[in-house]
Amino acid sequence: MQLPHERGPVSRHVIESLRSDRPGAAFFALGPDDVIGDEDVQLALWTIYELHYRGFHGVDDDREWDLGLLTLRREIESRFESELRAVTRELVTGVPQHGDLGQQLLDLVAADDGPSLAAFLQRRASIEQLRDFLRERSVQQLKESDPQSFVLPRLDGRAKAALAELQYDEYGGGRPERLHATLYADALSAAGLDATYGAYIDHVTGVSLTLCNVVSMFGLNRRLRGASMGHLAAFEASSSVPSRKIAGGLERVGLPPAVAAYFHEHVEADAVHEHVASSDICGTMVAEDPGLRDDVLFGAAACLHLDALSGAELLERWTTGLEKAS
Amino acid sequence: MSDVVVRQCPGGPLLVRGAETVLDDDGNVHEVTRPVVAVCACGKSSRKPWCDSTHKSIPSTR
Repeated sequence: MQLPHERGPVSRHVIESLRSDRPGAAFFALGPDDVIGDEDVQLALWTIYELHYRGFHGVDDDREWDLGLLTLRREIESRFESELRAVTRELVTGVPQHGDLGQQLLDLVAADDGPSLAAFLQRRASIEQLRDFLRERSVQQLKESDPQSFVLPRLDGRAKAALAELQYDEYGGGRPERLHATLYADALSAAGLDATYGAYIDHVTGVSLTLCNVVSMFGLNRRLRGASMGHLAAFEASSSVPSRKIAGGLERVGLPPAVAAYFHEHVEADAVHEHVASSDICGTMVAEDPGLRDDVLFGAAACLHLDALSGAELLERWTTGLEKAS
Repeated sequence: MSDVVVRQCPGGPLLVRGAETVLDDDGNVHEVTRPVVAVCACGKSSRKPWCDSTHKSIPSTR
């Protein structure tokens, strides 16, 4: 993958540093604005994270451990996490201290009243809006499940076995053509879009980058393993029904079956995964280490909060008719 | 595969581990292609025998 195009001073700093052969990016002080949804800061963070996944053409693999970039990453992450904790505090503290955590996670998702992107995609979206949706999600879905794989060595026993079981399904159950990321690439191609990893990095919004980065932040910091698994539980539990609706919308506008196939797969897979993630993974983790409870709930609430932000952003773009041609 | 383990999720499907096939109401054989599958327990799924989360759209009886 090529390095992305800069979107402001922070991403420029990161990208210029990676273009240079000299390791050791200089110190960079962030401005005072919120980082959630900020396309410049989120692109900078995404670029630093990508060094841990696939890297960039022409950039030395060893830059993954560039101390200057790691220092900037920690500064962005610190702000990102604080902002997320602040906006989710009410939701997290509203969950009773006692009770079945797996069920509490499912109830948290069921009670969510964020804007229904799926209902719009099912009934009203044009073919171009559905393609726009596929593009916006492509940055995260083409590395679907990879961020959670970083958590596997940090778990043990029943929670580890359950995460491995879930990931094995996400990774196609031994069939490379059934890798969920590959199914997403097939959907993009069938919709006439570019299925290359990172193809739309310069196109997607700051909120879409934020959605992608939150799972990397949770997955790459062992301290946040509870949040990573809580996010996974909420993500899976808010996927099965919406996937059915989105598949219906894709079929309504006449896109080829391979596009809807990705979403049909998630109707069934995520009906399983939500229970595995909420009870077998999160329930077990918290039973063994009650100190992880608040972080699990934080991760779930962060998922719901950012999904709602993204839903509102895309619905506004599509319903005000101001969508830029692509 | 040796033991088949079934767990009832409260208000939700049956999680089945270790099965190679599942029979539906009409006796049709459905091959299990996942490490764990969710079998419909509310009777309303449009993809029986598999759960499609339709139970979330109907009033809870828990």
